[in-house]
Amino acid sequence: MSEGTLYDKVWDRHKVTALPTGQDQLFVGLHLVHEVTSPQAFGMLKEREQGVAFPERTHATVDHIVPTGNRDRPYRDDAAENMMAELEENVRGSGIDFSDPDSGDQGIVHVIGPEQGLTQPGMTIVCGDSHTSTHGAFGALAFGIGTSQIRDVLATGCVAMEKQKVRKIEVTGELGEGVTAKDVILTIIGKLGTDGGVGYVYEYAGEAIEDLGMEGRMSICNMSIEGGARAGYVNPDETTYEWLKGTDAFEDSEAQSASGSRTESGDDPEKFERLKPYWESIATDDDAEYDDVVTVDGSAIEPTVTWGTTPGQTAGITEPIPDPDDLPEEDRDTARRAQKHMRVEPGDTMEGYDIDVAFLGSCTNARLKDLREAAAFVEGREVDDDVRAMVVPGSQRVRDAAEAEGLDEVFKEAGFDWREPGCSMCLGMNDDQLEGDEASASSSNRNFVGRQGSKDGRTVLMSPIMVAAAAVTGEVTDVREMEEVATV
Amino acid sequence: MSSPEFSAGEAPAEKVTEVSGTGIPVRGNDIDTDQIIPARFMKVVTFDGLGQFSFFDQRFDDEDNEKDHPFNEEKYRGANVLVVNANFGCGSSREHAPQALMRWGIDAVVGESFAEIFAGNCLALGIPTVTADQADIEALQDYVEANPDAEVDIDVAAETVTYGDTEIDATVHDAQRKALVEGVWDTTALMGANAGAVRETARSLPYVPAEHIPEDEA
Ligand code: SF4
Repeated sequence: MSEGTLYDKVWDRHKVTALPTGQDQLFVGLHLVHEVTSPQAFGMLKEREQGVAFPERTHATVDHIVPTGNRDRPYRDDAAENMMAELEENVRGSGIDFSDPDSGDQGIVHVIGPEQGLTQPGMTIVCGDSHTSTHGAFGALAFGIGTSQIRDVLATGCVAMEKQKVRKIEVTGELGEGVTAKDVILTIIGKLGTDGGVGYVYEYAGEAIEDLGMEGRMSICNMSIEGGARAGYVNPDETTYEWLKGTDAFEDSEAQSASGSRTESGDDPEKFERLKPYWESIATDDDAEYDDVVTVDGSAIEPTVTWGTTPGQTAGITEPIPDPDDLPEEDRDTARRAQKHMRVEPGDTMEGYDIDVAFLGSCTNARLKDLREAAAFVEGREVDDDVRAMVVPGSQRVRDAAEAEGLDEVFKEAGFDWREPGCSMCLGMNDDQLEGDEASASSSNRNFVGRQGSKDGRTVLMSPIMVAAAAVTGEVTDVREMEEVATV
Repeated sequence: MSSPEFSAGEAPAEKVTEVSGTGIPVRGNDIDTDQIIPARFMKVVTFDGLGQFSFFDQRFDDEDNEKDHPFNEEKYRGANVLVVNANFGCGSSREHAPQALMRWGIDAVVGESFAEIFAGNCLALGIPTVTADQADIEALQDYVEANPDAEVDIDVAAETVTYGDTEIDATVHDAQRKALVEGVWDTTALMGANAGAVRETARSLPYVPAEHIPEDEA
């Protein structure tokens, strides 16, 4: 068993008691709520005539079904309007803060938590969404839960969980030019498999991880679940603390009273200094023990894309698509079906694969830095005539900040559609969907068949700059081959 | 602010020691939650009626014509033991997936392996997720296909799956087995009983302000 890791320490600090099921009861420091997975849980609570135990430790947003075009209420889609109305009633009735579209703070749940400073090191964070692992980038223990567990958290402020093993994934060396955090995590999942992390929590470490900003760390932790690990984290460091200082939770009291709205920490200007020792205390010890350690050479990673229909079916851009017969037996069948669906041949590379749609969005890659990098590439270039390209910022704050820098103009001039924040084409629950057998270059996290709204649709996952390059050329492109690779 | 009402005295959940019935095989590794229930059917505020959408895109083509899929086959109507292969239920945390299967009529799933969140979601509904070796699973799938009316018995406590003259040595994860067999899978009731200890833990955490912790009810 692991010992002395951040996971062990945060677990111990939040453990209430051992349950007769053999699980531990863990206190939940932050519960994030969105419209798709919560209504049934609130419904169950009502049936049991229970209230929300810790409303102030709970925060809601709307992201999955929210339109990214016309947002006038009622929404044109009745089902979406119903879900929104239900969420409003549930959270308002319980005294839960809600980053609704009128607040200017709305966005994808895994974007708004970190940007508002709700997400902090050493917390336990849950949400009815598997990509809750994103918040682990801050050294939090964060994982997705099902609807019955949401009910547990609403009613008791706790989850019942079994402790898992810890695998350290050490990414050594420096990332090459045009290589981003997204390429790192696609490579890791390709190496360890989509179920390689089952039973584990991933601790990401090493030079390449330390060098990343918070956005890159979030992209990596975000996709832990695609590797089968329910949670992934990076130990907090100065990069983490710098980000936190810039959030609402830790603005100094004067700035807060001037803005007039967020007063949570207004009465505690020393909050940052007071909490820092706690954050430092929960970081993994130098002599910590892991259940497993895996090393990945970061300097060898290329821009990486998927060739199949799971996020583990990946190849470096110059690498051949594998022959299913060369894969481990249990992967062959899935690979054959995937290659048929994607219409790719073993031995080819993905470079030159025609695309119809470029989607720059999702909780993996729609933060300000992602948009900046893509915009810097797109500037002065044009979207290919045959490509439908869209940018869906991760949150209203990301969108506003991007607009303040003029990024929206850069994208629009190049031919991208500039939209309102939400999950959008990541899962196709609103109008943003693939049609027929369209192929998309997507900065999101899942390439499952049907994921982007059309069951014949084809998704190629890649980094935001690779999406930008594909939008411009109309095919999967090695961004390093284009002149002036921009890094921000 | 409403004060929480914990239901410490609530009756424990039903004990799930055995599941018996006819089987239905769904073959293939890595069957993800988007396949089990496509996202477009999740635009609902209750789980009622989700059963009919199980595996929808695998069962119907664009014109809503039926495709080959066990869930369309007459011979498996009424089956309640689903037999699957490896990494079943990977992908999202949507409880809609096991809810859809349950509402279709599934009471237990037997397979080579399951995604963790999926298995946890099943447990919360009292649905065992039982694992066995690849060879045993494939043999069971073949058997069920040839004998759709034959009974398959899952003994959760003894960790066996029995059909015809064959008994498979299966595994039910420890915590899951205990929870099902002892009827303690209703974790809301279990944890609600510890409200005092929860407040104590919350108070010990430097990031939780005192005003966020509900008052003792005593
Ligand atoms: S952006 Fe995609 S992965 Fe992220 S929360 Fe939304 S639907 Fe889920």
